[in-house]
Amino acid sequence: MATTDATKVAARPPRPSGQRRRSRLAMRNTLLGWSFILPNFLGFALLTLVPIVVLFYMSMTNWNVFGTANWVGFDNFERLVGDGSFRIALLNTLYYSALHIPLTFVVALGLALLLNNKLRGVAFFRTAAFFPYITSIVAIAIVWNLLFSPDYGPINEILRFFGMENPPGWLTSSDWAMPAVVIVSTWRDMGYYMILFLAGLQTVPRELHEAARVDGASTIQRFFNVTLPSLRPTTFFVTVMLTINSFKIFDLILVMTEGGPGQSTLVLSQFIYTKGFEESQFGYASAASVALFFMCIIVTVAQFLLNKKRSV
Amino acid sequence: MTGLLAPPEDARALRKLADSSPPPRPARAASPWRRIGRIGLYLVLIVAAAGLFAPFIWMIASSLKTANEVFSIPVTWVPEVFVWNNYVEIWTQSDMVTWLRNTLFLSVVVTFLQVLTGSFAAYGFARIRFPGRDALFLVYIGTIAVPWQSYMIPQFILLSELKVSNTLWAIVLLQAFGAFGVFLMKQFYETIPEDLSEAARLDGLSEYGIWRRIMLPLSIPALASLALLTFVNTWNDYLGPLIYLRNPDLWTIQLGLKSFVSSLYDTNYALLFAGLVISVIPIAIIFLLGQKYFVEGIATSGMKG
Repeated sequence: MATTDATKVAARPPRPSGQRRRSRLAMRNTLLGWSFILPNFLGFALLTLVPIVVLFYMSMTNWNVFGTANWVGFDNFERLVGDGSFRIALLNTLYYSALHIPLTFVVALGLALLLNNKLRGVAFFRTAAFFPYITSIVAIAIVWNLLFSPDYGPINEILRFFGMENPPGWLTSSDWAMPAVVIVSTWRDMGYYMILFLAGLQTVPRELHEAARVDGASTIQRFFNVTLPSLRPTTFFVTVMLTINSFKIFDLILVMTEGGPGQSTLVLSQFIYTKGFEESQFGYASAASVALFFMCIIVTVAQFLLNKKRSV
Repeated sequence: MTGLLAPPEDARALRKLADSSPPPRPARAASPWRRIGRIGLYLVLIVAAAGLFAPFIWMIASSLKTANEVFSIPVTWVPEVFVWNNYVEIWTQSDMVTWLRNTLFLSVVVTFLQVLTGSFAAYGFARIRFPGRDALFLVYIGTIAVPWQSYMIPQFILLSELKVSNTLWAIVLLQAFGAFGVFLMKQFYETIPEDLSEAARLDGLSEYGIWRRIMLPLSIPALASLALLTFVNTWNDYLGPLIYLRNPDLWTIQLGLKSFVSSLYDTNYALLFAGLVISVIPIAIIFLLGQKYFVEGIATSGMKG
């Protein structure tokens, strides 16, 4: 990060000026800095920081629809442990992540490698692959819902054409609903991660590839021994973002399946939403939010430490 | 936590990526195997493109069909009769005008505020050194790892206490002050040589003047990235409006179209698809005009939403 620019500013009047002068400068800079940051910070604090702090308090109360709250300590968390729906939501979130993370990672990296070739039409495709990512979830979910329709949908028609007698019921089947959601989310997200990978690939030194080629390394060997190690800062970043985004998956599921059929696609965020906004158990929902909060923080910190250890 | 940020060298590499192909390799004798390999690559590319765009093509095709033809078997990719009337009828059968007006209002106001406060704060973070600055920035960055879903409940209660829930201002507040804008602009400001502002400072320009007269004009590409990403993000937002906007007069296009699916007992899907196409068109136009800025914005910040 460029603290160097800033040091220059601070070091600007280097004249022997004494303690008072320096502290006056520090004061001036503090006021100046805050005057720039404050308009954004006020909103940021009110909308993000305060809610995060309040969240922990709320999770220890039985805050309800009337706004009355009594301190209940860890009761909400004890209740969570015994709550079957919460367990299902947690397992479904992990199931979704276990499918979505590797699949998106591989597809996005594959696309990036493909588009890093010198082929006609590549420049167009690079940006076009990104389009699903900026299309609204509602449009995407509605379109895919109908594409997945078991009897009339084009997807099953194609599967039948290729000789599959009983194609899956997709969103109507509790076994196939989650894979269907994963297919859509991968289709949507791959362009975004592909751009990150493509950017990373530009930094892989060409000479390394040439040297490896001269040494007789095959394409596959070069991928594992040259490309992947050079990409490590990017793969780290992609993995962290993929994990956080998988843990918090919500809007796509809400529009596509609403957690169904049954509870087969109920995820953590939806559990929070239902308990909070539909059943008005704000305290209990906050406890589940705390769980989601720590899942994301722990995974981020763990990957950060792992990345640091490996790069030493 | 700074490890959370996209590697900066990637961003630089991407500056050129959007509109250029990779540099040509030194020509090698083209063996038949190479040619077969290239044909294979093209085949993969074509299949990928088909998979990528099929849902959009189907959406557009269905918006021009009759209600019955949407679910005809076998699936028709080209409508038998083009029912352009769907695009007329959707306006009379739904509150599209209200939804679009609300969405446009939100997107414009949020984008304006995000760009203004974000670039302003970024200048404070990038160019003015004061005690606690780096710690404060770390707090900003740290919130990237915290999903909105985990604090949406206290946030909702707070905004309800302030009596802004169920008004459009709730969404403005929600979207306009994110860490995202600050972060993206700070990354960019740090690439601008300090000498420029130094010279301006010697000429007697205040820090606010430097931000206004030097940094803003120089950072137009980054401002464009931020503005486009924020606009699209607000246009597409579903969860925020779902929680905060209960009154149908306040609905955004996303909420409206979703309700259109569930409200009609016998949904005319062709009509619905016309609505979806209309809701995607502004995004598609913005994307076509500014694809370079989208790609750069993503690569610089590595995050969105």
